[in-house]
Amino acid sequence: MSKRLESMLEWVDTRFPLTSTWKYHLAEYYAPKNFNFWYYFGSLAMLVLVNQLLTGIFLTMNYKPDASMAFASVEYIMRDVDFGWLIRYMHSTGASMFFVVVYLHMFRGMMYGSYRKPRELLWLIGMGIFFVLMMLAFTGYILPWGQMSYWGAQVIVSMVGAIPLIGQTLSNWILGDFMLSDAALNRFFAYHVVTLPVLLITLVFVHIVALHEVGSNNPDGIEIKKNKDPVTHIPVDGIPFHPYYTVKDIFGVVGFLIVFCGIIFFMPEMGGYFLEYNNFIPANTLQTPDHIAPVWYFTPYYSMLRAVTVNFFWVDAKIWGIILMGGSVAIFALLPWLDRSPVKSIRYKGPYFKTALTLFVISVLILGWLGTKSPTPLYTLLAQIFTVIYFAFFILMPWYSKIDKTKPEPTRVTE
Amino acid sequence: MRKIAVVISILWLLPLAAFASGSEMKLDRAPIDSSDKLSLQRGAQVFVNYCMTCHSAEYMRYNRLRDLGLTENQIKDNLIFTGQKVGELMTVSMKKKEAKQWFGVAPPDLSVIARSRGPDWLYTYLRKFYRDESTATGWNNLLFDKVAMPHVLYELQGEQAVAVSMVDDGHGGKHELKELKLDKPGALSKLEYDKYVADLVNFLVYLGEPAATKRVQVGIIVMLFLFFMLGLTYALKREYWKDIH
Repeated sequence: MSKRLESMLEWVDTRFPLTSTWKYHLAEYYAPKNFNFWYYFGSLAMLVLVNQLLTGIFLTMNYKPDASMAFASVEYIMRDVDFGWLIRYMHSTGASMFFVVVYLHMFRGMMYGSYRKPRELLWLIGMGIFFVLMMLAFTGYILPWGQMSYWGAQVIVSMVGAIPLIGQTLSNWILGDFMLSDAALNRFFAYHVVTLPVLLITLVFVHIVALHEVGSNNPDGIEIKKNKDPVTHIPVDGIPFHPYYTVKDIFGVVGFLIVFCGIIFFMPEMGGYFLEYNNFIPANTLQTPDHIAPVWYFTPYYSMLRAVTVNFFWVDAKIWGIILMGGSVAIFALLPWLDRSPVKSIRYKGPYFKTALTLFVISVLILGWLGTKSPTPLYTLLAQIFTVIYFAFFILMPWYSKIDKTKPEPTRVTE
Repeated sequence: MRKIAVVISILWLLPLAAFASGSEMKLDRAPIDSSDKLSLQRGAQVFVNYCMTCHSAEYMRYNRLRDLGLTENQIKDNLIFTGQKVGELMTVSMKKKEAKQWFGVAPPDLSVIARSRGPDWLYTYLRKFYRDESTATGWNNLLFDKVAMPHVLYELQGEQAVAVSMVDDGHGGKHELKELKLDKPGALSKLEYDKYVADLVNFLVYLGEPAATKRVQVGIIVMLFLFFMLGLTYALKREYWKDIH
């Protein structure tokens, strides 16, 4: 580095922790050297976040949050704005890919026990991110003001209205009207472009601060900080995040972009799963569509909402459905305390955990598929069975994770 | 462990592979080709001559039709009958409120109809009108029962009548089978009419997403670049990681 640059850096460093921050978070952040495929999704989630923020800004420049103009303004973006179609598809595909990446990121955590001590808080912050992401997806899907935007939102809003005693008042307060209308579209737009993104960015920042405090977990689920070099105090199994993981993640980014751009350019509707066909019909407040299906990432929860068909303990089935749906998301937050296994990673866990996790994944997939279908007696029964399996995975975990036959953890990372 | 990972990552994509549920009637596949400019031009002509009597395409500008290989003057002379300027939106003068009084429902805007209905539905629908004296317009449709729209193209297709017969359903029972037969021939033969409708559907698909052709063109360049970058970044990663394993 030239003398001049060096003195400039020194000038900054005496006033702002530039070099030390760089070192703490990148050049001297020691990550385990055995990260595998599943460890790409954290950085990819950041990439998608940036994509959503940037494309979102340009969409906001041309979109009109007005019930009589919203649908037309989206088509204006698709036709008259230069490369508007690209910006819009990047944003709509980005929304779905955000969930793909986050679901895989969460699944990684479940496989390798990344939620266990000392990373409980990290996991909880992640849950917060997941929740905000769902709110963002919900408020964003309303904006094009198509039939699915309107009636999908109507389903969610009616859940608020179903809350005993205060439901209707609360619903009116949220919507700013007695029904879903222009007033709601305006405020959901405000949440979608200001409130929620600010919350999301803050939570992501806090997530990374917490991660760099406790250090990354790894596929072996052992703490690399327990084995440090006596002289340098650097974990023997750790490598500096920069340059090793920066170059690795750049490769991951390109791999991801191939999938991402493949969808954007060649199948932006993804067969009706990323952009629903019925959402190309402008919202009609007087005509309920025959079949209301949420976007794919919400379908497992939607299945569970519809699964309860009888009233238990004098409480309406609808309320139970709502409780179950909320519970299915919230229960993830309890994972750090439900898992009693002596080991973290699935590599050293026994057959009980492996079976349970496999069943859990299968039930999420089947519930997701059922959520795209109109309910029939058979489908409802299937939804009930898999809802039970879904919750059993969590509720029985303290028991099966404790009695499971585990293998001893290694002292050093493998591979 | 690796196998489980692969299986699970495939399972994740499974719901995406399932098809969205369609209507009961089997749809005929629309024989369309988005690169056939002549077909698109003919379709545009049918659209402005027949559809735009009632239906608008109000998100689309006339001069965008240059995509179909037409000049602005050609568009002005052949496709604009309303005295509008070439940069204006393809609107109709019929008022929604009045249309609703006349037909019971306002004719929907057709800008993105191909994106919600799909080409096969449109192709089937436009060929399945039949005479039905019980309806207000005297027309009904096999795919869209009691549709408010009359058969606008009947002079070309002719008049069809429905014939109901009972057929074995293969499970020992019987079910109703409705078939159409041509009662009064129109100006076009069946083959010509199918072709005529196909041109229109081809245009409607274009109308749904005018940028689609450009999207694919840009996409190919982007993908080539990304595959090149994949190799490059992989080599970079290997170079850095040489001293780790």
